[in-house]
Amino acid sequence: MNELHLPLLELAVFIPLIGALMARRAEPNRARRVALSASALSLLASLAAWFDLAAVHAFEAHDAVTLFGWLPGGDPFAIDELSAPLLPLAALQFLLTILATLRTKSARFSLGMTLVSESIVLATLATKSPWILAAMLTAGVVPPTIELIRRGESPRAFVIHMGLFVVLLVAGLALRPSTGASGTLSAVLLALAVLIRSGVFPLHCWLPDLFQRASFGTSILFATPLIGAYAALRLVLPASPDWVLRFVAIAALVTAVYSAGMSLVERDARRFFAYLLLSQASLVLLGLELTSTLGLTGALCVWLSVGLAMTGFGLTLRCVESRVGRIDLDRYNGLHDAAPSLSGLFLLTGLASIGFPGTIGFVALEILVEGAVHSAPVIGVLLLLTTALNGVAVMRAYFRVFTGSRHAGTIDLRARPAERIAVLVLTLLILGGGLAPQPGVASREHAAETLLKHRAASRAVDAAEHVNHDDAGTAVPSTPRED
Amino acid sequence: MTLESAMSIAGVIVVLAPLLLVLAFCTSTLTRWSPSELSSSRLTEASVLTGLLAAAFVFAGMLWGGSRNVEIEVGNWATLHGPTPLDTYHFHFKFVFDRLSVPFALLTFVLVGTVGAFANRYLHREPGFHRFFSMYALFLLGMIVATLAGTVETLFVGWELVGLSSALLVAFFHDRLAPVRNGLRVWTVYRLADAAFLIAAVALHQVHGAGDFAELTGNGVWPDAQASLSPSAALTIGLLVLVAAAGKSGLVPFSEWLPRAMEGPTPSSAVFYGALSVHLGAYLLLRVSPLLALSTPLCVAVVALGLITAAYGAVVARAQTDVKTALAFASLAQVGLITAEIGMGWDYFALVHIIGHASFRTLQLLRAPSVLHDYQSLENALGEALAPTEAGAIASEKRRYWYRFAYLRGQLDGWMNRLIVEPFLSVFRNCRNAEERWLKWLGGPPRETPVDSGADREVAPGEAA
Repeated sequence: MNELHLPLLELAVFIPLIGALMARRAEPNRARRVALSASALSLLASLAAWFDLAAVHAFEAHDAVTLFGWLPGGDPFAIDELSAPLLPLAALQFLLTILATLRTKSARFSLGMTLVSESIVLATLATKSPWILAAMLTAGVVPPTIELIRRGESPRAFVIHMGLFVVLLVAGLALRPSTGASGTLSAVLLALAVLIRSGVFPLHCWLPDLFQRASFGTSILFATPLIGAYAALRLVLPASPDWVLRFVAIAALVTAVYSAGMSLVERDARRFFAYLLLSQASLVLLGLELTSTLGLTGALCVWLSVGLAMTGFGLTLRCVESRVGRIDLDRYNGLHDAAPSLSGLFLLTGLASIGFPGTIGFVALEILVEGAVHSAPVIGVLLLLTTALNGVAVMRAYFRVFTGSRHAGTIDLRARPAERIAVLVLTLLILGGGLAPQPGVASREHAAETLLKHRAASRAVDAAEHVNHDDAGTAVPSTPRED
Repeated sequence: MTLESAMSIAGVIVVLAPLLLVLAFCTSTLTRWSPSELSSSRLTEASVLTGLLAAAFVFAGMLWGGSRNVEIEVGNWATLHGPTPLDTYHFHFKFVFDRLSVPFALLTFVLVGTVGAFANRYLHREPGFHRFFSMYALFLLGMIVATLAGTVETLFVGWELVGLSSALLVAFFHDRLAPVRNGLRVWTVYRLADAAFLIAAVALHQVHGAGDFAELTGNGVWPDAQASLSPSAALTIGLLVLVAAAGKSGLVPFSEWLPRAMEGPTPSSAVFYGALSVHLGAYLLLRVSPLLALSTPLCVAVVALGLITAAYGAVVARAQTDVKTALAFASLAQVGLITAEIGMGWDYFALVHIIGHASFRTLQLLRAPSVLHDYQSLENALGEALAPTEAGAIASEKRRYWYRFAYLRGQLDGWMNRLIVEPFLSVFRNCRNAEERWLKWLGGPPRETPVDSGADREVAPGEAA
């Protein structure tokens, strides 16, 4: 196995955790500084890991030195071409969310818990070991649950869905090494777990509910790293039978269309955001299951664009909400003149999230549509209709939030410098990725090709095992798959 | 430097001039720098004039050198070389100056420049002056990119920019609800047209393997090129393109967005809906005219839709009570005729018709706000009151019916709402209500005033960081 020059992955994972410990008892201003520093250092470490991976010219690499060599299976952390951009993306999402959090919100948005979540998310993205991945996925649902309880909101809907997710995940993994029917059963259980975590229809209700009950920042950070899609990539895509992938793709497509329709009629801005995110994230899941280089490349590109654009869109909406309270989309709020730059950023990030020309999502969506059409033209058509509906939903939300009778108030609603920096950084990445898409597309294509090669090898092993099984007339223990 | 290279440089300038204008306005919107009215207008004038002169140079070069087709190859924006031919992809950016695009680009610069000069005064001290010119720049860029596009992908980029700027300009007076609602309706129609266009592009890629107009229409140049598709494929793709064109040009049944668009400020109504944007659908049909030539049923459909729209526009325009709406429907009647001409294969005639109509309608729309003043000037010059137009008694029931039909614009939007929009939305409203009930049962009702509702500012127990 190739090695990075420094223990960058462990640094990226553990710096936020140390930051959380330091921020725990600190007074608000110091806690904010600590959180920002820890998150920024974690981003630097994950970026360095990405560059280091490119420098060692390998598809996959481990830390050079590890604290976890004693674990069965050795060092659990690894970076590959697939996760390399996802790690800094997640770290950036956390950093910018913390940066855009107003000091007045520090009482409601726990910085310590956010850093713990960051550590868990980065650990999830930095591991390929199925059981450690499952442990991290399980740990990831704890911080939002604690926040819901602290806020006096019922966590029941969230806990029921996530509990089912964890049970299916563990059951799927427990049955995994077996052969034959139990292998199929394992694939089905894992696919169902992934569908729940991704918020696929009809098991999606927990996501709008979470957005409604938890703080906006926590909800954004739980949903936008698209951890469900990552679980699909690591646990479902490599070895599942084709029919399971087709099932996941159909469920994702139905969710994309349904959520697009729901975002058109939502009355609450947070729930609107949740449905828009669900719709766009389902497109990623759909592309992942197309099992063609074009479809998978498109999905990986859309993943990055959704991650950046939806975080920017969410943060802009959060900025607005932090000034005027919950936003009712049944009325026209008239905030344009009170917060003109926020209105521009809202529109830009919203349009970026639907793949408007000039933004990072445009080429990504084009590739995904091409890949989908090659699989089945009807998927491409439905995908285009979904983006058309999402476009209408974004414009409707823009008009409802920023137009109408002018907002009357004496308080300055314009964005604070920290908020502007946060959204502007995302805006620059969105536009930069839109104007120069080739480097990102090329790197995603290479990752997609390698993933498909791994899947083909895995399926070949499965097929050989079936042949052996049939020849011998008895079950032949399978070789544990390397994930 | 050869003439060809000089023309290529000028061609790049044609596209760069509006692009730089958009970047300048975007930067000022995202930062807090707000240029003065004078700076905005000077910047706009410089951009339009530069683009116009460069386009005129290309035009003169084409006449001088006898070239009928000048291509500006930007290259592949994104490329994938997959393991199989099905996994290859390229996003090809190319601009083409030919007998269709050059007149249209020149027309765009002339009309947009005229309207810009008009708007400098018309919108003087208007709070949204800067916003208007930002959208104006976006519209100009979209029109130029769409007009000069050499590939379907490039055309789509321009097409989308025109759609966005149009919707935002319709909702320009955003403190009133009617313009905002109309802006959303325009955007919705445009998005559906965009979806139809993209589906057509996808179908083209599927059938032909490329989205390049030149590859689609063979080696010939417009309008003599020959498409290389089967008649059935041409019919399918052509019908999708027709839907896209109908949405963009306000052909029946999408016609009612046009009067809605008149809620925008007069300069934008003039250039965007009366003159340029409304012809973009016709331009698209002209661009794919080699495709139309392959399928007689497709041509019949185009002619029929054009004639129906022309008749509809002519009838409805006669009963409208405000001048901008009447002009909008008069425009529609002409666009319908232009569409029919394209279906008949009279490409040059349709192009001349577009240019003449766009120029005339811009003048009419720009004069519309001062029509009363003009009327009074005429009366002063004559020294007597002008005789009122004979209204004519409504004699028969049939005549009353047609008057109602024209006055209510055939209730096209009403029918679309009843048959498509409302059933579609009511399904999702029912789903929303069902979900809310389900979540209430599952997780209990959410707090009446959530912690961050804005109404509840106290710190919840145990929440201190």
